[in-house]
Amino acid sequence: MSGQPVRVVRGWEWARPERPARREVVAAVPELDQAKPPLLFVPGFGHGAWAFAEHWLGHAAGRGFPAYALSLRGHGDSEPAPGATLRSYTHDVVQVAASLPRQAVLVGHGAGARVVAHALARYPARAAVLVAPVLGGWGTFGTALRRNPAGTLPAVFGAGLRLNRRQLFSRELPDAEARRYVARLGRASRRAQWQLLTGRQPEPAVGRPPVLVLGSPDDRVVPPGALTRAARRYASAPLLFPGMGHDLMLDARWREPVDAILDWLEKDPAPALG
Amino acid sequence: MSSSTDLGRPDPAVAPTADGRPVSDRGDTVCVIGAGASGLTAVKNLREAGFGVDCYERETGVGGAWNWRHDRSPVYASTHLISSRPFTQFPDFPMPDDWPDYPHHAQLLSYFERYADHFDLRQHVWFGTEVVRVEPVEGDRWDVTTRSTGGYGPERTSRYAAVVLANGHNWSPKLPRYEGLEQFRGEVMHASSYKDPAQLRGKRVLVVGAGNTGCDIAVEAAQQASRCWHSTRRGYWYAPKYVFGRPADQVNDTLLALRVPLRVRQWLYHWTLRLTVGDLTRFGLPRPDHRVYETHPIANSQLVYYVGHGEVTPVPDVARFGDRTVELADGREIDPDLVVFATGYLPRFEFLEGRVLGDADGSGRPRLWLNAFAAGHPTLAVVGLVQPDSGIFPISHWQSVLFARLLTLRTTHPDRAAAFGRRVTAGLGERYSGKVKDSTRHWFEVGHADYLRALQRALHDLEGK
Repeated sequence: MSGQPVRVVRGWEWARPERPARREVVAAVPELDQAKPPLLFVPGFGHGAWAFAEHWLGHAAGRGFPAYALSLRGHGDSEPAPGATLRSYTHDVVQVAASLPRQAVLVGHGAGARVVAHALARYPARAAVLVAPVLGGWGTFGTALRRNPAGTLPAVFGAGLRLNRRQLFSRELPDAEARRYVARLGRASRRAQWQLLTGRQPEPAVGRPPVLVLGSPDDRVVPPGALTRAARRYASAPLLFPGMGHDLMLDARWREPVDAILDWLEKDPAPALG
Repeated sequence: MSSSTDLGRPDPAVAPTADGRPVSDRGDTVCVIGAGASGLTAVKNLREAGFGVDCYERETGVGGAWNWRHDRSPVYASTHLISSRPFTQFPDFPMPDDWPDYPHHAQLLSYFERYADHFDLRQHVWFGTEVVRVEPVEGDRWDVTTRSTGGYGPERTSRYAAVVLANGHNWSPKLPRYEGLEQFRGEVMHASSYKDPAQLRGKRVLVVGAGNTGCDIAVEAAQQASRCWHSTRRGYWYAPKYVFGRPADQVNDTLLALRVPLRVRQWLYHWTLRLTVGDLTRFGLPRPDHRVYETHPIANSQLVYYVGHGEVTPVPDVARFGDRTVELADGREIDPDLVVFATGYLPRFEFLEGRVLGDADGSGRPRLWLNAFAAGHPTLAVVGLVQPDSGIFPISHWQSVLFARLLTLRTTHPDRAAAFGRRVTAGLGERYSGKVKDSTRHWFEVGHADYLRALQRALHDLEGK
């Protein structure tokens, strides 16, 4: 990620700044300020802040980390935004990150990890965590088409991408709970879905944040090879949690990955090289 | 690299200054002078690159010129930004997108305070401490002598690996000389002392100068004073803050992004102004003697409006002052109670010998490359010494990023750092705008797109890309 040159001149972004949108931000803040960096959780396409509010926010706050989750525009209780682009989503993340009292750690899940990767070029995060990252490209599309043709094909023609229960969760998660979560899923905008495949790759991160990649070898959305490639991009190896589905924050053993993230942050990882 | 800690006792191993004063060695720490917008971003970017930083701020808070509680702040009650948010905010710390296009100065101060807290910068700032002297010493290092702003306590000298000058350039008033001004018995002030419209209320006011401040004060006088004359030396283009319902600078940058040539942009600009503002000479304003983009842009939607309502009377340059009257260049006499000189500011680096910045004759115009780097001093940078046709803070950000990378390269790739030094010497005095009027106000004028492009090239060269 450090091979690309820095981009200083951003004529179009200055000339056509992103339209503001009302954003849902859910917070769980520890009772006692322990001077730990705030975490900002960014859900993937179709998910909202609720996905992190379920378990991870409270758990992080319980361990002394102020924890926030946002719903990208058009998701959760944020303002509807059918014409949103990846740039709009990135804007939402950077706006919320900059509004936090201290330099934040960005945690992106699924396609939210791609949004976080873009946001890292616009905001010097304290650190970043990419959970089961869907960083885009045609490989992602191929996997989705192979694993879930019925949910993926309509998306090619502008419908929403539909992920099924087996892709998102392990068999350990009680059926009723899984069904409840799937029923809450929304959809990303059509343009953003396309940009996930065809859009520009993220620019280099500013502020040299350390980056952790984690996921599951049994994830039926992100194959292990993609996890390794994502980690290699940030000069590390992925942290793996076998037996879990794509939605690690909602799956039965949700506690293990979040504890791993918090342990990593407590070790105060060094800034990236370069 | 050392981190910033308490300044220790003078280090006996370090050679004292030329006049025998003891010196504390601060190792690889970088000294930043000023905790205004430019200083803060320098502290943040140097910390991000792993340097220890000591920042000296003469006031007790951050924000510099934008903290109107500070002695040297030029800000007045109604000051709003002239460039819209995307051109003003730091590139990596956006202003809230529910703020107005042109925020108020109080919002800007809260933005800088939040920036300082968000990146935990205050711990690196020595508040209430002013810099008395900055002297180059061997090994490209710097002796910085400080004392408390009140002048109490002893002076203290510390040796730094590098210095960033971010002391601002809008605090030392530039006062014009006029025949008879000393005898004038009315009230005279520089715009730097103007804080509140109450100062104008019910008075007969003459505002001298057609910069953005002069126009703002003339508009306030139109609403508060019993009479307002606005004296300008030449005709200007008064650009509205909005065109086609959008901030004018965003419309302008749409044309820049489309790479429309300057001549065509000038033509479009003139055409738009003719459609929206109309013929200024009809209002009694002088015809501009230059094309747009050739002087610092004036963004004011209200001046022409108040001229049209008779609340502002445009008048030519002042010829001389009488006892109670002011004679104008066209022979007319007016009788103001209050004269406000909105005649700008001069950059000053009173703690540094002029020749260090290539200003041996003391003209107040340093000769630098990229308005930031001095020949022969690879560990010195001036941040924010620009008069852009847009916001300064993004420029300060990238200048300090470039300097931080240069300092890092001095250790990791000394050859590239040396090549940068040669580039500095070759490029001294380079300009980054089209043709502009020659005046003290315009010698450091830069076009934001040209300048940032030059900075981007310098960054790429430094990175070997």
